[in-house]
Amino acid sequence: MDSPSLAFKVRDLTKIYGSGVSAVHALRGVDLDVREGEITVLLGASGSGKSTLLNILGGLDTATAGSVHFGRENLTAMSDDELTLYRRNHVGFVFQFYNLMPSLTAFENVELVTEIATSPLSPGEALDVVGLTERRDHFPAQMSGGEQQRVAIARAIAKQPEVLLCDEPTGALDSKTGRMVLKVLQDVNERLSTSVLIITHAAATADLADRAVYLADGRVKDIVVNEERKRAEEISW
Amino acid sequence: MSPLDKKLLRDLWRMKSQAAAIAAVIALGVLINVMMGGLINTLEETKRAYYERYRLADVFAPAKRAPNRLLKDIAALPGVAAVEGRIQGGALIDLQGVDVPIRARVLSLPESGSPRLNDYYLVDGRRMDPTRDDEILILNGFAKAHGLKPGGSISATINGEKRTFDIVGLVQAPEYLFSVAPGELAPDDSRFAVIWASEDALAKTFDLDGAFNEALVSLSRGASLPAVLSGIDRLLDPYGGLGAYGLADQTSNRFIVEELKGLRSSSTVVPPIFLAIAAFLLYIVVSRIVQSEREEIGLLKAFGYSNFAVAAHYFKFVLAIATGGALLGCLLGIFSGCGMAQLYQNYFKFPFLAFEVEPRAFIMGMTVSVLAASIGALFVLIGVFRLSPAVAMRPPAPADYSRTMALAQFIKLRLDQPSRMVLRRLVRQPMRAVSAIVGIAAGMALTVTQLSVLGSFNSSLDLSFSVIDRSDLSVSFVEPIGQKAIYELKRIEGVIEVEPFRSVPAILRNGLRSCRGGIEGLQSEPHLNRAVDKEVKPIYVRSDGIILSKALADKLAIDPGETLTIDVREGRRPILEVPVVAIANTLLGAPAYFERHALNRAMKEPGRVSGAFMRIDTAHAAEIYRTLKEMPIVAGVNVKGEARQAFQRLMDEGAGSVRYIMTAIAAIITFGIVYNSARIAFAERARDLASMRVIGFTKGEATFVLLGELGVITLAALPLGAILGYALLQLVASGFSTDLYQIPADFVPDAHGTAALAVIVAAAFSGFLVKRDVDRLDLISVLKTRE
Repeated sequence: MDSPSLAFKVRDLTKIYGSGVSAVHALRGVDLDVREGEITVLLGASGSGKSTLLNILGGLDTATAGSVHFGRENLTAMSDDELTLYRRNHVGFVFQFYNLMPSLTAFENVELVTEIATSPLSPGEALDVVGLTERRDHFPAQMSGGEQQRVAIARAIAKQPEVLLCDEPTGALDSKTGRMVLKVLQDVNERLSTSVLIITHAAATADLADRAVYLADGRVKDIVVNEERKRAEEISW
Repeated sequence: MSPLDKKLLRDLWRMKSQAAAIAAVIALGVLINVMMGGLINTLEETKRAYYERYRLADVFAPAKRAPNRLLKDIAALPGVAAVEGRIQGGALIDLQGVDVPIRARVLSLPESGSPRLNDYYLVDGRRMDPTRDDEILILNGFAKAHGLKPGGSISATINGEKRTFDIVGLVQAPEYLFSVAPGELAPDDSRFAVIWASEDALAKTFDLDGAFNEALVSLSRGASLPAVLSGIDRLLDPYGGLGAYGLADQTSNRFIVEELKGLRSSSTVVPPIFLAIAAFLLYIVVSRIVQSEREEIGLLKAFGYSNFAVAAHYFKFVLAIATGGALLGCLLGIFSGCGMAQLYQNYFKFPFLAFEVEPRAFIMGMTVSVLAASIGALFVLIGVFRLSPAVAMRPPAPADYSRTMALAQFIKLRLDQPSRMVLRRLVRQPMRAVSAIVGIAAGMALTVTQLSVLGSFNSSLDLSFSVIDRSDLSVSFVEPIGQKAIYELKRIEGVIEVEPFRSVPAILRNGLRSCRGGIEGLQSEPHLNRAVDKEVKPIYVRSDGIILSKALADKLAIDPGETLTIDVREGRRPILEVPVVAIANTLLGAPAYFERHALNRAMKEPGRVSGAFMRIDTAHAAEIYRTLKEMPIVAGVNVKGEARQAFQRLMDEGAGSVRYIMTAIAAIITFGIVYNSARIAFAERARDLASMRVIGFTKGEATFVLLGELGVITLAALPLGAILGYALLQLVASGFSTDLYQIPADFVPDAHGTAALAVIVAAAFSGFLVKRDVDRLDLISVLKTRE
């Protein structure tokens, strides 16, 4: 990895919610390079701006000022429709609370995404990646939290996205299940060379990343580069 | 099937009870439109077909005695297609066990047995043997009312001659769909008979050999009715023509036309309002359901689904409910329309029904439902689409309470925690509360209006039969006779008071407007049958001018001070020009009052009376009826109680029955609105309620938070519903009124009380149903999913 190209190039990114006295500065001029094929972990206290950053990278939210480039494309200049296409074609999401459709089975939840993607894995393959082939016809209510999160990951990777954005993917899970989920993310990164961004509270998670970005008060405070990534099985919190 | 469509189906299944409740409300709104449209189309088509098949005449021309050869002259008039002469006259039927003498009309049948015009439909028995003069056919309704059958016999006094006839057949005739005794307003099968007898027999009885006293005429296509009428009048004038009139003025036809008009106007005014209210509810419910899916919408957008794809998904969802409801409404509407038509078939005495649906009602029901649901979904979706997916996926931000600090301080001191939660929620989302209040109030308004219409009609009956008419019975004489008859009546034992009247048939005209009716010549200060004004104070009848009922004045567009032309159709047939001096408040019929002596003077027939109102000692009623039956001058007796019952039946069985159905549907819609409000509130708050339960609130406290809100909204809806209901009544009362009776748009306290009670009961029952769901909340599953 001599000079890998960038997945995201973030410059002077600012996000302000509300206005006047009630204005909240979520991001105050963030500069960050996210490299392709790496696992990047975003760490920071509640309110440090990590979710806002992830949402803007994912095209779920818009910036107040500054720029975000995905490859050559400037996300901050995109219209709503262009953002929709960007999300559809390039980004996979994993949320803390899985956000599965309760009325669809595991297979169908994945299908929800393969339906609109350009060159997706089949839902079966995606479930195979997360090791849930035998649970494909179960509804979310019939699955444990870890299983639900793995379905969410399968759903996210099924479209073969360039980047996988994960907002507290282990936040609602116990550490054993959490490790299993992290292992799946690591596998995806290695098998599909997907760039993975993970938001987490758990500092130990930083050990499995290529790069750990520490945010505080809407700014990048520190970036730690791990020369050697740990395996998901090796970490604990 | 795409996964979104699977989600759609499963979501519908998950929300099946609420989807069903919403669909049911819209179905009812559509149902009543389709039902009424189909009913009216069917009845009108049936009427048309019945008239055509049995060749009902277009013109009726009564005369005193016209030679048969005149029929050729009438046939030669331009525009006349066919002519039939017949003999008709009055009769009194004496039935065993019935004290009051029953009036009847006898009609002649030609030797062939089937007349060219005004044919009849044989229900039971056989046709008459033309060679026998003691065989008759009798109107089926009357026969049924008295248990008469073919093979039986009946005794009748015709033109002073009492005879016994053999009943050979029971018939129905388009001419007598409604049988109304002369001088009465409401039809009553049991108190008016129609008899068909051989022409020869009647010619002898009425001394009309080689002559007729009524010509029936059918018109050719494109004929001018006024031209034919005046041509016939000209021909019959030397033979005592009483004035030819068109089918529109024929009694039975007028009744049926008025009934259908009443049905049609109540169906064009009321059902669309039902539909509008159902649509409003649909709008509210759909927008709230879509609102509650905000996070899923955000998620779909996060995956890269376009606004269009997401919108299409939710439109499919709401359209499934809306069109499902509307289709169900159409189907049920057709079924109930057929059912109603069959009820009406008995009521109108049609021998058959020609079913006809009303496609416009389908289209309107569908369009309105789909539009309401789409608009409800659209507004919310536009709002959600404006948010970035990240924001949409989060629960909505808590509202800013800083502005309500003063209130917050106040309620903190005064209210406990759950009450504060109820109040804050109402304050936080005032538009939501307002729309729920308006929805419930609208439902209540429907109920108030329907109950008011029913109540108003009862007060019309009270006004007419207790205040205006204070007699016990009225007697009409065979022909106008001298005052002596009044003394005879007074002499009957048990008679307390007798008040004579003179009535003459007339055509009333004001400019181009005219109306066939009559003039009631009353005492100048009548006791028993009076005209009253708006304040229900008696108006004294005057000799210098005529008093018109409100309905008549409206029809003729005439005001007090203007001059009315009275074209009298009796005796020497004078044409009078009389000023209108007052307008009387009547709700039944459309009478015109004049002073009796002044009327007689105008007729140049001093001292004549046509009949009398009587007050009697009811202990002697039976004897009095018997005495009257024996008096040759008496043509008929109207007992007020029976007339009132006939009117009540008219309301309960005829167009009135639709009012009961509409009242029931109004009540169901009201319940639907209240129940849906409760359900939605529960759906929106299930997580909050579960959290409360986890913190340690009891089931009762959690329920209180939910139902407290429903309670406040319901209470707030009551006064609004009362006001809206009163306003709605002003709109629809005239729609329910016909030529025969008016529905006053008065405030009916009972209706408001009952409707309010119904809303409260609906709220309590809905609360009970929702409380069960609160009790069953699955705390763990709620906590497992996100905050």
